[in-house]
Amino acid sequence: MSTPLSAPLDIGFDYSRSLGPVLGRFATGLREHRIEGVRGSDGRVHVPPVEYDPVTAQPLTDFVPVGDKGVVVSWSWVAAPLEGQPLAHPFAWALIRLDGADTALLHAVDVGTPDAIHTGMRVRVRWAEETVGHIQDIACFVPIDTPATAARPGATGDPVGMMVAPVHLHYQHSASPEESRYLRALAEGRLIGQRCPACDKVYIPPRGACPTDGVPTAEEVELPDTGIVTTFCIVNVPFLGQRIKPPYVAAYVLLDGADIAFLHLVLGCDVDRVRMGMRVRAAWKPRDEWWTSLENIDHFEPTGEPDAPFESFAHHL
Amino acid sequence: MRDVAVAGFAQAPNVRHTTGTTNGVEMLVPIFAEVLTRTGLSKKDIGFFCSGSSDYLAGRAFSFISAVDAIGAFPPIHESHVEMDAAWALYEAWLKIRTGEVDTALVYGFGKSSAGQLRRVLALQLDPYTVAPLWPDSIGIAGLQARLGLDAGLWTEKDLAEVAARSRADAARNPYAQVSGTVEVSELLTEPYVADPLRAHDIAPVSDGASVVILASADRAKDLVERPAVITGIEHRVDSPVLGARDLTRAPSAENAGKAAETHDVEVAELHAPFTHQELILRTALDLDHRVRINPSGGVLTGNPMFAAGLARIGEAATRIFTGEAHRVLAHATSGPALQQNLVAVLEG
Repeated sequence: MSTPLSAPLDIGFDYSRSLGPVLGRFATGLREHRIEGVRGSDGRVHVPPVEYDPVTAQPLTDFVPVGDKGVVVSWSWVAAPLEGQPLAHPFAWALIRLDGADTALLHAVDVGTPDAIHTGMRVRVRWAEETVGHIQDIACFVPIDTPATAARPGATGDPVGMMVAPVHLHYQHSASPEESRYLRALAEGRLIGQRCPACDKVYIPPRGACPTDGVPTAEEVELPDTGIVTTFCIVNVPFLGQRIKPPYVAAYVLLDGADIAFLHLVLGCDVDRVRMGMRVRAAWKPRDEWWTSLENIDHFEPTGEPDAPFESFAHHL
Repeated sequence: MRDVAVAGFAQAPNVRHTTGTTNGVEMLVPIFAEVLTRTGLSKKDIGFFCSGSSDYLAGRAFSFISAVDAIGAFPPIHESHVEMDAAWALYEAWLKIRTGEVDTALVYGFGKSSAGQLRRVLALQLDPYTVAPLWPDSIGIAGLQARLGLDAGLWTEKDLAEVAARSRADAARNPYAQVSGTVEVSELLTEPYVADPLRAHDIAPVSDGASVVILASADRAKDLVERPAVITGIEHRVDSPVLGARDLTRAPSAENAGKAAETHDVEVAELHAPFTHQELILRTALDLDHRVRINPSGGVLTGNPMFAAGLARIGEAATRIFTGEAHRVLAHATSGPALQQNLVAVLEG
């Protein structure tokens, strides 16, 4: 058996988060090169601030300015920084207790080697070139005796109420062995399904487990590129990424010999002529555009044959 | 309320990388068949299905719905899911049986940790305002925790290496383990740091895997297995998510869960400690002295499939009762960064 297909899958989204009164005030301070903590019911000053008291769960409102210098409470070394981390060269993660605070802030310390940092070391903030009201306004911490660079002053403006947190993740996505056989056949212009050994249903795409019986589909069944529309909808609404101008028809197409319909486009006739039971045939893209994808079928179009009677496909709806 | 017992357990091999899908179907189908055969049950006999997994690990939405295919969910089944280690799915199933709503449950967890960059994906479990935007990796955070204990004299690097060496030696008898073998502590200590103060042996490997447990009312369990593992206590607690606001050298949530679950006099403990120093924190929190056999399976330092490994600790502990090796055992599962959330169960045969 050949190796299942896999491909890189990169996903990303810029989350925008509303900050509320406590974190908003903290972010506003950072933008202005100030750090503010909040005092809890036990007198401890929390930096970063917490919205609710860890002991009594009451909302906290007693803000306390703290210093931009502090002490390393603990540290660990990052020899090969990962995407999105504060520094692109080796650095230390550290828990840093700022002067006037009782809890520690997690951030990066820019020292060249692990020999250059130790627990108890004094450090200070290095502000980012541009501050917007975000934890990244603290570019990192540096040893306290590091010569100051001419950083621009903090920015002012309306209180910060929102922050943007981009999340980008990278995966290697794998198709199942059954899906891989189906996709490789598509690259040759063939449609293959598989029959469940327990319920005899023919699935296209084939599956690692029949959803009814929980066993992998096994016996391979080559299917024609003709079938019927079981059900459909007329898309009238434009949306981001849409590749066809509305109105058009998205339909469930049940290939002759298959028991499970799949979603595809029905083009080649007026949208109001599409109906349940209509016979359709695949319109393939030119052969030189084929790859391991159902996109090789551009759309389905009517064959002009008589419709299938409703009773013949009612149990596939 | 009636007692609940573990009646069956199976797991997929812990491996660095599978070619399977992130919905776990390829790992789950064989272990479901195995555990059902062993207990003489079929899916029709199961009153409730509950799973633990994470779409962040899979990089796709609703991977846990695709996983339900492995059950064969028609006619419709009674099913639930937690975005946590499946040990917490077991807790939900335990409640269902204890309250009399169902008599049997099948609990499973799966994780293809290799699909993404695990230590980076885990940054997304951190505070999304002031911590996660910096992308602190899970190993870096564990390193901060380990150093606090080193600085305080609570453990030494040699203590950590001894945990690793014992785990690997025990794993030699576990056919599902990913890492095993005889290693000298002195040799481990000459290895370079991965994330100073942590070396490779201090860190659980990245593992793909899956596990499944059959739960049943204590009466029903007697029909399914010769020596059921009756759950005499199961509790979970959580500590503050603010890493800098708690004493990371302790695990108060584990301590409190352990007290509530009444862990005294256990002979064996399966601890979910993905870093060597975390085993030492847990042994203190759960008051486990030298008489208690720790992690005879090798523990998660020898194979750590995310979202399945905690459930597997319960399965491994129950197995010691199934086989008659022990009469009273402890199982522990953790979730979140730096032992933030902890579940403790006590099982008796």
